[in-house]
Amino acid sequence: MLKKIPPRLARLTLIVMLLAIWEFCARKFGDPLFISPPSRVLLAVIHLARDKQVVAAVGLTCWELILAFALSVLIGLTVGLTVGLHRFTRGAMYPIVLLLYTTPLATILPLFVVVFGIGPASKIAFGVCHGVFPVIMTVVAGVQNVEPLLLRSARSMGASPRQVLFSVIFPHMIPSFFTGLRLAMTSVLFGVLLAELYVSQAGVGHWTTEFAQTFQSQNLFALVAVLAAIAVSLNEMCRWAEARFTRWHRSSASAA
Amino acid sequence: MNSRWIAQRLVQLGFVASVGILWYVITARGNVSPLLLPTLGSVCHEFLVLAAAGTFWPDLGVTLYELAAAFLIASIAGTGIGYLISRSGYAIKVFDPLLAGIYAIPAILLFPLYVLYLGVGPASKIAMGATIAFFPVVLNTTAGLHYVDRIYVTAARSMGASSRQMFWNVMLPAAFPVVLTGLRIGLISAFLSILGTETIASFSGLGHRIVELGENMDTASMFAYIIFVILISITLNSAVSVAERWGRRGQA
Repeated sequence: MLKKIPPRLARLTLIVMLLAIWEFCARKFGDPLFISPPSRVLLAVIHLARDKQVVAAVGLTCWELILAFALSVLIGLTVGLTVGLHRFTRGAMYPIVLLLYTTPLATILPLFVVVFGIGPASKIAFGVCHGVFPVIMTVVAGVQNVEPLLLRSARSMGASPRQVLFSVIFPHMIPSFFTGLRLAMTSVLFGVLLAELYVSQAGVGHWTTEFAQTFQSQNLFALVAVLAAIAVSLNEMCRWAEARFTRWHRSSASAA
Repeated sequence: MNSRWIAQRLVQLGFVASVGILWYVITARGNVSPLLLPTLGSVCHEFLVLAAAGTFWPDLGVTLYELAAAFLIASIAGTGIGYLISRSGYAIKVFDPLLAGIYAIPAILLFPLYVLYLGVGPASKIAMGATIAFFPVVLNTTAGLHYVDRIYVTAARSMGASSRQMFWNVMLPAAFPVVLTGLRIGLISAFLSILGTETIASFSGLGHRIVELGENMDTASMFAYIIFVILISITLNSAVSVAERWGRRGQA
């Protein structure tokens, strides 16, 4: 009986029910200083959209995210290729990358603030430090997983190292590279938002602190909801890119 | 153990040594304020003082307590709910995308709300760590129990296994490695998020101590504590890998 409902519809019903319970409980029992019903959060989103300072803060954080992501990809790809392309450098440098990766970056957050200041630069730098490792690791794995047969046949047919790089290694690296991009986006989000919450002058971190300390819970919920929506859409973009650019690989692999 | 191996170790040693020498040269020439980058010697000194005096124990205790509580909550809730969901294919279709969708939201955003409700004490960090660790555990438990090879299930059933025997002797051992991976990811991410949230708003714990030393311009001690936390993190990582390998023994 229940199983006749399509899962998508059941999921939607579940979400609507949860929102309804939240709405009801918040109105009935909640203290408006601490909890806001979803309807008021929605109104607060519309209200905040008119507040120039808050919009500027959200925009600034988006810039930090995009810049940190782009830099992570650029640096990660360069380092990943340098480390991964040769067996010698892989054996020598990859353990160092892994060692650095185990460093709990949150503990050196104060250093970033000391070196880069409390402006956007420290958030971008902190985000990049989170984002480069997934890119490096997936690029190294991708380069490593190129079939030796393909490399050997390309070389035996007289391909130059450059041709091997662009025509064999790059195309075969793409699936794991896009997986790395998606993981990097998740890490960059964590890094930038953590740095924002730690100390911030004009970004969203400043406003979350402000709203929490002045008990404007509807605005706090609204800001968190907007940021969550931005995060989910950035993640979805990466997922879409991953699905889009790995499709040819899967189809060619299954054909082979 | 050939010349290549030796050369690679030499490159690694060279890298570490050059970082050390660079650090020494920069600080020895006095162009950089010791508030920004303390000398290598003073950091080593502070680290030895820290290790000898045992001043780290209270903070380490708080952080480990938060981690243990968060991980306990996340693993019980995650495996329990994951088990319930995995029992029906329909429930998986309904809940799996929902949980995966929520997992995509950076949970760190909820921290201001947690501080508002639970205060700046350990409770908000436990809640944060538990939230972050819950999702990998529940998703892996569901996936692990769901994708147990159908052949095992059919074989056990045809040999007349009761549903209880089915769970304990077939499903659980087969799903265990995947569940274990979820627990490992959960533990490590809980540790990182607890350290992170301690730096944001807290009055105890290792993350808080580092920030406090930084704000008091006691940079040498701060570096010593950072090295200490890195050592803790390496220990935790290797302990978890050992535990995972131990849990997987006898598995294909």
